[in-house]
Amino acid sequence: MTVEQIVSEGKDQFPIGMRVLAVDDDPTCLLLLGTLLRRCQYHVTTTSQAKTALKMLRENKNKFDLVISDVHMPDMDGFKLLEHVGLEMDLPVIMLSANGDTKLVMKGITHGACDYLLKPVRIEELQNIWQHVVRRKKKDRCNSGSKDKPHPDSGEAAGIGNVDNNGKLNKKRKDQNEDEDDERDENGHDNEDPSAQKKPRVVWSVELHRKFVAAVNQLGIDKAVPKKILELMNVEKLTRENVASHLQKFRLYLKRISCVANQQANMAAALGTADSAYLRMGSLNGLGNFHTLAGSDQLHNAAFRSFPPSGVLGRLNTPAGLGIRGLPSPGTIQLGHVQNSGNPTNDLSKLQSFVPGNHNTNILQGMPMSLELDRLQHNKSVGHIGELPTTDSTTVFPGSGSLVDARITGFSSNPLLGVTSNSLMLEGSSQQATSHTSVSAIGFQNGNALSDFTSIAPASNQLQDSKADSQGQASPINCNAGQIIRSAPQEWNAPRKDAPYQSHALINSSIPINSAMIQLGQCLDRNNSIFHRTTDLDSVGPLNFVDPLSIKHSEGDNYIMEPSVIEKEGYLMFQPRPHGSHVPDNTGSLKDLASAMMKQVPTNLSVLLQEGDFGCNGYSLRTSI
Amino acid sequence: MDFVNQLQRKFIDYSSSLHREGIVDDQFTQLRKLEDENSPHFVMEVASLFFEDCEKLINNMAIALEQKQGVDFKQIEECIHQLKGSSSSIGAMRVKNACIAFRSFSGAQNREGCLRCLQQLSHEYSLLKNKLQTLFRVSVASRCLYVCLVIFCRENEHAEPFPDVLVFQLEKQIVAAGGSIPRVH
Repeated sequence: MTVEQIVSEGKDQFPIGMRVLAVDDDPTCLLLLGTLLRRCQYHVTTTSQAKTALKMLRENKNKFDLVISDVHMPDMDGFKLLEHVGLEMDLPVIMLSANGDTKLVMKGITHGACDYLLKPVRIEELQNIWQHVVRRKKKDRCNSGSKDKPHPDSGEAAGIGNVDNNGKLNKKRKDQNEDEDDERDENGHDNEDPSAQKKPRVVWSVELHRKFVAAVNQLGIDKAVPKKILELMNVEKLTRENVASHLQKFRLYLKRISCVANQQANMAAALGTADSAYLRMGSLNGLGNFHTLAGSDQLHNAAFRSFPPSGVLGRLNTPAGLGIRGLPSPGTIQLGHVQNSGNPTNDLSKLQSFVPGNHNTNILQGMPMSLELDRLQHNKSVGHIGELPTTDSTTVFPGSGSLVDARITGFSSNPLLGVTSNSLMLEGSSQQATSHTSVSAIGFQNGNALSDFTSIAPASNQLQDSKADSQGQASPINCNAGQIIRSAPQEWNAPRKDAPYQSHALINSSIPINSAMIQLGQCLDRNNSIFHRTTDLDSVGPLNFVDPLSIKHSEGDNYIMEPSVIEKEGYLMFQPRPHGSHVPDNTGSLKDLASAMMKQVPTNLSVLLQEGDFGCNGYSLRTSI
Repeated sequence: MDFVNQLQRKFIDYSSSLHREGIVDDQFTQLRKLEDENSPHFVMEVASLFFEDCEKLINNMAIALEQKQGVDFKQIEECIHQLKGSSSSIGAMRVKNACIAFRSFSGAQNREGCLRCLQQLSHEYSLLKNKLQTLFRVSVASRCLYVCLVIFCRENEHAEPFPDVLVFQLEKQIVAAGGSIPRVH
């Protein structure tokens, strides 16, 4: 269905019939939400699985106008879903949560949600959500009309076939200054559509995204401009606008990660390297030790000697609202020491991962894809992350308080990789029980190779202690990875290009596996206990009613009805009525009528009333989806 | 007829007592309003979903708190969060408040406190379940009665007019009590 069709048929009735996809793992809330939305006369599809939702969205981009999603879901974090939808389908997404913390709301906004609702959601709020759809469409149309720059690509744009064989208005973010490097406002102005409104939507597949990131890395994040990226990518039917908007999202993503990485970097920096100082540190525990370390100037210098370029750290030092709490100030102080000349700041961006539009991968898994290509261009100082068979359906963010425990240390040699992973995993799992263990001792058995990697253990601990909420805790992991990635290539250039691969492979394996272990555990619990409903009607109900009726009728005619059930409850006592409404010959028909009547009440009414318990299996339930 | 009035009065009294005691709040009223001829048993459906969910979550939390090798407070917090979400969606105010209290103890990783809270939560849940089930029975009973009367009247066109009056009264009262009139053809 083309946009014009949607718009025209919607025009008359919109917002009636707006197609909404509702995602919530809680069946109570999902039912309520679905009902409320239908009451607003939207066309609703509900699902309790984020993955199903993504699948549906990917199947047909044009099937939905709006997505509403819960934040806390077992199979995928709501924010992650939000990102995916924003990247791949560019639909407006509304977040829904029982938790209205400011930082959560902020997180929703930075991830691109167009609204954030609190449970219990009221119908008045839902009645206005159509505005987000209209707003987006309007911006697109507006922008397409007022494009100020002549675009050599406009011809291209018009001629764009379907990168994904789907026709939908290409709602992209605007990137007006092609050649400007930008830390520009990333609030995401909706994109102009240079040519026809009807443009096929570009889907950023894994392959495409890989090329994109390769191009970006090759150019350098600061110099990566859409035009050049486009040239480098050399993909047919991709316009500068597509690239521009994707670039903007990418930058948003990096910024988000970098803020967290920033904090972690401070920790990591302080914790040092493979010097003896480090080994000493390895035995230290907890926050106290961190502070101790922080106090030690010698340690700092030792630690920083081989630390990744200051430029990166300097950049990382800019705080960003990601809700990381409890990071010790010593961390930031130390940054002052790190003034090694280094590679340009853009390394960070280059190195950090970006989630491609690929479902079922966690963020870290996305890293291999994006950065693997970089390996091919090893002349650049780019972080390399090997592709690893990370466990499927693990996510970095959700429930990731336990992820905080992941320790990441670097190893230079292959054989250690497996060992390290295991040891890390063990550390991770034990971490939950213990307050702090240091894995640094394990990590630094390989001498010089390790100088570049820092243990993030105490940092993780601190974060855990600070009791950031799960999202907050999740991001440190990500930034740990980012940190490592950043640090690795600086030291490990051409001669060791395999090493970063492994080290990152390590990171990749440790984090996801770690998280997987914990996450799966939780998921399994949930799955096992989730009640899978059937819509089978329990047809016992009517019979129960009919039978007593037939019996009763044989006893006397003056009963209007005497379901034994109701009698039981004691609420009603149907007495045989002596009044004139005697029904001598109506026994048979009354029985029929009674059975007909029973269809009006819930079919398992008798079950309800007799068993006195709701939630019994026979309860008929309208399920949607 | 008197018993009809009694029934309806009972229903109204009962449902207002639920509100008074804080067992349900305004959200529950909103839920009731969502019932109509297209979804006549909406509240019951939502409630039964909630009961299942709640029981499951309470069980999970009980198990988690029993763990000898260390309580997974994270999991407990997640359960609480979900329970808080669903209880607030259905309007179960006391259950929701119990969740809020529970959360502070689980945040403090206080196992004893959590156990107490869980008990309190269980208690509130049982209370809610009993009350709601009673309420549903009354409302279902009224509807049955209504339907019976309607059928009866139709069967007896020659009967005295009072059944019509009765039916009309009953209809009014059902609506006043927040129920919906089932369709009878």
